[in-house]
Amino acid sequence: MHYKIKYMDSSRAALAQNDTSRVIARSGTRRETSTMIYLTRKCEFSASHYYHSPELSAEENLRLYGKCANLNGHGHNYTLEVTVRGEVDPTNGFVIDLKDLKEIMNREVVETLDHRHLNKEIAEFARRNPTTENIAVYIWRRLEPELKVAKLHRVRVYENHDLFVDFLGEA
Amino acid sequence: MKAYLTKRYWLSASHRLHSEKLTEEQNRATYGKCNNPYGHGHNYAVEVTVGGQIDPASGMICDLGELDCVVAREVLERFDHQNLNCLPEFREAVPTSENLCKAIYQILQPRFRAAHLEKVRLEETSMNSFEYSGGEEIDR
Repeated sequence: MHYKIKYMDSSRAALAQNDTSRVIARSGTRRETSTMIYLTRKCEFSASHYYHSPELSAEENLRLYGKCANLNGHGHNYTLEVTVRGEVDPTNGFVIDLKDLKEIMNREVVETLDHRHLNKEIAEFARRNPTTENIAVYIWRRLEPELKVAKLHRVRVYENHDLFVDFLGEA
Repeated sequence: MKAYLTKRYWLSASHRLHSEKLTEEQNRATYGKCNNPYGHGHNYAVEVTVGGQIDPASGMICDLGELDCVVAREVLERFDHQNLNCLPEFREAVPTSENLCKAIYQILQPRFRAAHLEKVRLEETSMNSFEYSGGEEIDR
């Protein structure tokens, strides 16, 4: 019987309270101290959307998407967590300059999506449902080419406190 | 495109940590306040993570309503507002959060087939949490 369980104490909860957290992972197999850092920054945006598949009937849309099928739309306060990873620069001690990450997230995500109607104002979602899954992929595609110093590791989008989607760039 | 979706649910239950394999004294030393013979309770948060390809037509990994139904029927109805020590799942095992987390994973794994069950994460309080992935390493 496999039985491995991971236990987290309050230190992770404490990290989650902040806008930014740094997690250090040490390589256990290499003798030299290779230190990969994972850094996470949060931001928020509020947007409206609805779900609709044109190839389905109104009844089928309602059955599949429930309340989200209301064509007048509804909205959420989304929280985005962007995690980047990389080695620490020996000169400045950063994996990435947080000012740069904040500026990229503001430009590529907040200024683009905040207080927008995703179906009607974002070309990507004219024919593709703005589900939390698709929003995570969209954000990944905007951020990934902008991140040069540290690599994009994970995009996590919270639709609300109890529902989130992770995208790690996997095909 | 593969993505991972996590939904958070809540259940409230009581338990007493007490092992038949230990003496009264050893139980008190091991479990402390959790060994109180009358039991105590928690509001547990259960995070269920499923993974899979995003369906190009719907934009979703799976029907979230279906996940809600399976979790409500199989997990919440079974454990919510119950004394865990009185349930068949804990006839042999001590109802620690490790064992509850593992039990929830094992209940859901064969019953939810619309996407791959990646992980169950259980918060006993806001200060401690437990993750089980069928015995696999968790590195995301």
